[in-house]
Amino acid sequence: MQIYLPIAEVSVSAFVLLGLGGIVGILSGMFGVGGGFLMTPLLFFIGIPPAVAVATEANQIVASSFSGALAHLKRKTVDLKMGSILLIGGLLGAGIGIIIFNYLKSLGQVDLLVKLCYVAFLGIIGSLMFIESLRAILKTQGGSIPKKVRRPRGFAQQLPFKIRFRTSGLYISIIPPILVGLLVGILSAIMGVGGGFIMVPAMIYILGMPTKVVVGTSLFQIIFVTGFTTLLHATTNYTVDIALAVLLLLGGVLGAQLGSQFGTRLRAEQLRILLALMVIAVCIKIALDLLIMPSELYSISDASMH
Amino acid sequence: MLRLILLILISASSAIAESVVIGMDKEKVGITATFDGSQILLFGAVKRDKPAPLGNIQVIVTIAGPSEPISVHRKSKVFGIWMNTDTVEVDAAPSFYAVATSSDFSSTINDTEDLRYKVSIPRAIRSVGAPMNVLDAALFSDAVIRIRSDQGLYQLLENTVDIDEQTLFQTSIEMPADISDGDYTARILLTRGGNVIDEFTTIIDVRKVGLERFLFNMSRENPLAYGLMSIAIAIFAGWAASLLFRFFRTT
Repeated sequence: MQIYLPIAEVSVSAFVLLGLGGIVGILSGMFGVGGGFLMTPLLFFIGIPPAVAVATEANQIVASSFSGALAHLKRKTVDLKMGSILLIGGLLGAGIGIIIFNYLKSLGQVDLLVKLCYVAFLGIIGSLMFIESLRAILKTQGGSIPKKVRRPRGFAQQLPFKIRFRTSGLYISIIPPILVGLLVGILSAIMGVGGGFIMVPAMIYILGMPTKVVVGTSLFQIIFVTGFTTLLHATTNYTVDIALAVLLLLGGVLGAQLGSQFGTRLRAEQLRILLALMVIAVCIKIALDLLIMPSELYSISDASMH
Repeated sequence: MLRLILLILISASSAIAESVVIGMDKEKVGITATFDGSQILLFGAVKRDKPAPLGNIQVIVTIAGPSEPISVHRKSKVFGIWMNTDTVEVDAAPSFYAVATSSDFSSTINDTEDLRYKVSIPRAIRSVGAPMNVLDAALFSDAVIRIRSDQGLYQLLENTVDIDEQTLFQTSIEMPADISDGDYTARILLTRGGNVIDEFTTIIDVRKVGLERFLFNMSRENPLAYGLMSIAIAIFAGWAASLLFRFFRTT
C-alpha cells in the first residue's frame, strides 16, 4: 500500500516504513541504542529527502526515548540532576546544530554535511563495536576474567563548578557534562539522532558514571533534546513529516518493546557483532556514494526556502 | 518582425473559422494519503463555421504545473569527494510539464510557432527561467530537463493525441505520484501545416485534500503548533507502547 507523505511529497510503501521502524526498533530495544543512526540513512536509501529524514527521525526518537525512559524512571535508574545538566548543553547544542544545518542548506551543502557526519560516526562506532564484541566473545571462550571497575580520576575532578550527583555517586565539575550534552545536541540537529551512542560511552569513560544509571539518564536527556530539535526543524525548515513519523513510530515502539524482551534473554555478543557489521555496511554505502562518480552530476533543490 | 505580425494576423483570422472546444474527465486532482499518481483524460472537438481548409489538422495538448524557483547544483570532485560545487538559481521552472501531440512534434508545430507559444519542453523551461549567466548555463537547464524527465515530471508524448474525422480528439496524460500541488495550466493548440490556428487554456486544480492538506497547511502556517503536535503524538505513542506491553507482560 503506497502512502503519500504530505511534507516529503513522495509516495512510499507503508509496509516498508512499518518494517523499517520495526527492525530498527528491535535492534534499539536489544542493544539500548536509539536507532536513529541506522534509521536516518535507511530513509535516505528509500528516497526520503535528507532534510526531511533528519527532522522526522528526531521526532520519532522522542517517542522511543520516552518509552524507554519511563521504564528506567520506574526502576529509579535515572540521574535527574545529571540529566538536567546534560540537557542544558544539549539544548544549546541543538540550537548551534540547527544554525549550521540551515547555513549549509542555504549553500546547497547540507546533504554532504549530513552524509559526512554519518560516514565519520558510523565508521568509528561500527569499528569500536565490532572490536569490543569480538573481544567479548574471545573472553567468554577463554574462560571468565573478572571485570575491572574503572574509576577515572581525570580532568572532570579538577575543573571548577563542582556539584554532587547523589544518584551517580559523583562529585564533579558541571563543565564536562555540559560539553558532552553540547556535542550530542549538535549531532542531534544535524544527523537526526538521539546521540546515545556518543553519550553512553562518554558518560561511562569521561564522567565516570555508574553503568546502571547511564542508559536511563541518556534517554531522559534525549527526549528533550530531540523534542527541541523537532521543534526547531518544524519552525525553520518545515521538514517534519508527521505521517512518516507516525508510521515509523508504530513499527518502532512495538519493535523496541519486543527487542528489550529479547535483549534480557539473549547473550548479545554474537548479535552485537551483526549490528556492528550492519553499521559498517551502512557507513560504506554512504561513503561509496560520496566517493564514486555519481551517474547524475546535477541535482535540483527547492530554492524558495532560503 | 513583419513576418511575426503577419503570422498573428493569419492565426487571428483563421481562429474565427476554426476553434476548439474541450472537456476533461476531471478539473480537480485531489492528493490524498493513498495518492499514487493520476491520469487526466482530455477530449474536445474542432468547431467550424465553414468547411475545413486543405491540410490535416493537428492538436497539441500541454499541461504545466506551477512554476517555482529552484537551485540546480553540479557536483565535482574535491579532495576525492563528489560535492556540489556550482549552483545556478532558476527563478521559475514548472514543477510538471507534459506535451502531447497528434503527430511527430516537428510536424505538428514549426519552430517559429514553438518559439511564440513555448510549447516544447526546452522552450517552456527557458521561457520562465531566469537569465542564466553562468558560462555553461545551457548544461544546467539541460540537466533540469533530464532529471525531471527521468522522474516523469517532464514528458514529451508524441503521437498520443487521437484525432477522429479531423474533428474530435482525445488524449490522456499521466501525472506521477510526487507532483506538487497548485494550479496546473492545460493548453490545447490547434495547428495546421505547423501553424497555430487556435489556442485554448484552462486550469486544473491539483490540491492536497483531507488530512494531507490539513497537515501540510498547518506545517507552513502554524509551524510551532505543528511541531508541538508532532512531539505530543510521539510522547503519546511512546507512553501507549510501554503501557500496552506492560499489560501483555502481566497477563
